[in-house]
Amino acid sequence: MNKVVKNAKEAIEGMQNGQTFMLGGFGLCGIPENTINALVDEGLTDLICISNNAGIDGFGLGKLLRKHQIKKMISSYVGENKEFERQMLSGELEVDLIPQGTLAERLRAGGAGIPAFYVPAGYGTEVGEGKESREFNGKMHLLEHALSADFAIVKAWKGDAMGNLIYRETANNFNQPMAMAGKITIAEVEILVPTGKLNPNEIHTPGIFVQRIFKGVDYEKRIEFETVSD
Amino acid sequence: MSLDKNGIAKRIAQELEDGYYVNLGIGIPTLVANYVPENIEVVLQSENGLLGIGPFPKKGEADPDLINAGKQTVTTIAGSSFFDSSLSFAMIRGGHVDLTVLGAFEVTDKGDISSWKIPGKMVKGMGGAMDLVAAADNIIVATTHTDRNGNPKLIKECQLPLTGINCVKKIVSDLAVIDVTDKGFKLIERAPGVTVEEILEKTGAPLIVEGEVPEMVL
Repeated sequence: MNKVVKNAKEAIEGMQNGQTFMLGGFGLCGIPENTINALVDEGLTDLICISNNAGIDGFGLGKLLRKHQIKKMISSYVGENKEFERQMLSGELEVDLIPQGTLAERLRAGGAGIPAFYVPAGYGTEVGEGKESREFNGKMHLLEHALSADFAIVKAWKGDAMGNLIYRETANNFNQPMAMAGKITIAEVEILVPTGKLNPNEIHTPGIFVQRIFKGVDYEKRIEFETVSD
Repeated sequence: MSLDKNGIAKRIAQELEDGYYVNLGIGIPTLVANYVPENIEVVLQSENGLLGIGPFPKKGEADPDLINAGKQTVTTIAGSSFFDSSLSFAMIRGGHVDLTVLGAFEVTDKGDISSWKIPGKMVKGMGGAMDLVAAADNIIVATTHTDRNGNPKLIKECQLPLTGINCVKKIVSDLAVIDVTDKGFKLIERAPGVTVEEILEKTGAPLIVEGEVPEMVL
């Protein structure tokens, strides 16, 4: 079994204008840098993007926003990107802000075949508008639906030719649930090893969820807020 | 004298108990980590997938793969663990976190809170705040008593978009400790040197005052 493709350009083959894609990462941590660049180079437009954050101006998803390639974002927090805020407030960009935990679970449910589920987050707020609600154990919950996408683009630390993935530290975040939820999951990894070299005990995402994998290059791995003790 | 943000954090740290798992929101709540009493052990949960947040790294040692929910670089402690966002919110939503501390724009005497959106001006998103307030039993709000224009933040009805309803249990402000009871706000402590009168004046909802209200001991 060999899911390896050469690079990001090959990995996104078949992606089309107007499609929905998921992009892993929390802030700039764990973002698939190579695939973002390939999406910019390919010039795909009218994309609907599901990602917890929107990058910063000019980096991460900010690169796609600057080129107006995204028509809608589904995120939980978009604070660190001025261009994003501007496009949102002006109406150029449609935005669905959803609670982070609900987002994570909608992605997991999408990959796990659970079409809908109840959670308490957002009940009584604008997030609950138009949604069914129900009481469980004396507490009100909202009915939330699974998220899925044509493509899920995730970043991992190590992977093999069968698509097994291991994430590093807090660069896991949304990559793991998203890897489950894409019709086609593209994984870019820092270290690509021959099949058999990963310890089965250590694998976070079993290869069954992954369709294409490649070794990424030239990671910038920028830090948003370098904070030190001294 | 009203407290500064470190004073508020120091008073909130008195609510910590040994063995607590705690989630600290961005802003004043993060400072609570600096005042954990010597004799107790507390484990900080970071919603982006880390249990056991350590101190900030030394200069030159920041790791881009190791950040907290505010996207600052951090370190781990002995016994830390990493996990994905869905497991992180399973911890939160499943009621496994013992104490949640967050900031607010407004808190009502029914425990409603607004903290995430100022329509037309600040629409950054709610992040994990709605999940945290909806699930946690033990929620403390860290806030100034009034906003920068002198308007009360402890009020009867939120004007700004809500983060959650009937969820806040305790407020620690620069002036007071106030409990949210089923009969409304109740004054528990005053900041050192602050009078009951000043607190009453700056609170935008009825405030129950019973007997002598002690000063915070900091």
